[in-house]
Amino acid sequence: MNATAEHLTQTPAANEAGGISSSELDRLFDERFDERFETKMKEREQNHTPSMTIISTKGTLDMAYPPFILASTAAALGWDVAIFFTFYGLSLLKKDLDLAISPLGNPAMPMKMPMGPEWLRKTEIKLPNLVMAGIPGFENVATTLMKKTMESKGVASIGELRELCIEAEVKLVACQMTVDLFNMEKEDFIPEINDWVGAASFLPTAQKADVSLFI
Amino acid sequence: MNTTVNQTLDARNMNCPLPILKTKKALNSMQAGDLLGITATDPGSVKDFQSFCDQTGNTLISSESGNGEYSFVIQKS
Repeated sequence: MNATAEHLTQTPAANEAGGISSSELDRLFDERFDERFETKMKEREQNHTPSMTIISTKGTLDMAYPPFILASTAAALGWDVAIFFTFYGLSLLKKDLDLAISPLGNPAMPMKMPMGPEWLRKTEIKLPNLVMAGIPGFENVATTLMKKTMESKGVASIGELRELCIEAEVKLVACQMTVDLFNMEKEDFIPEINDWVGAASFLPTAQKADVSLFI
Repeated sequence: MNTTVNQTLDARNMNCPLPILKTKKALNSMQAGDLLGITATDPGSVKDFQSFCDQTGNTLISSESGNGEYSFVIQKS
């Protein structure tokens, strides 16, 4: 009787009154767990809303585009987005956007005329730094030409992009420290700013985000 | 575009990310099942609209190109 009984306890079907061996139980449990785990992980992935945080530190006209374009596009794709504006990036939140660009020491900037005949528009006009620094008001010229380039190519202005971000509920978070540092006034900034915080408050959000960018 | 659409969006002469953003805005005010017809000139928009539909769960019914213009029909889910 004992010999047959032992044989019986090795098949799950023989479980009448706790006859399954513990190793068999473990194996079944592991198998079941693996299946459930797979299913649950897939569910989690499908229900997960992608999120992105951007730390925006630059305040020139050209560098204003990446944070707003990335944020608005991600928001259009249904992501949760938050931008932390700090240092020069805080200027992107001013009521009166007065962003400029400097060609000085900016060797990566294409210098092409946004108007005139097609051949001219494709020509790089390289000027030495010394010349550009010497001409008063050259930065204003460069800024105006850059704005014209954006317009002629159907790219939105920074004001428009910022509006779209606000509409898409992108969280705009401002750095309190920068305001104190550069003696700025809160009234100079748009009222839609969600929060005035420090790095310690923003970092936990960045930690949980799927994508974290430093611009 | 041969299908009759409920709303059209002229996104010609708009560059990234405007076609997508305007589409999102237009879809917000539409009912589930409605069709939005979009015309764009940005060549990047072809991949963008596919990605947009994949990410947001809306359906890209058709994507055509011709004469330097790209036409899309998206159904709101």
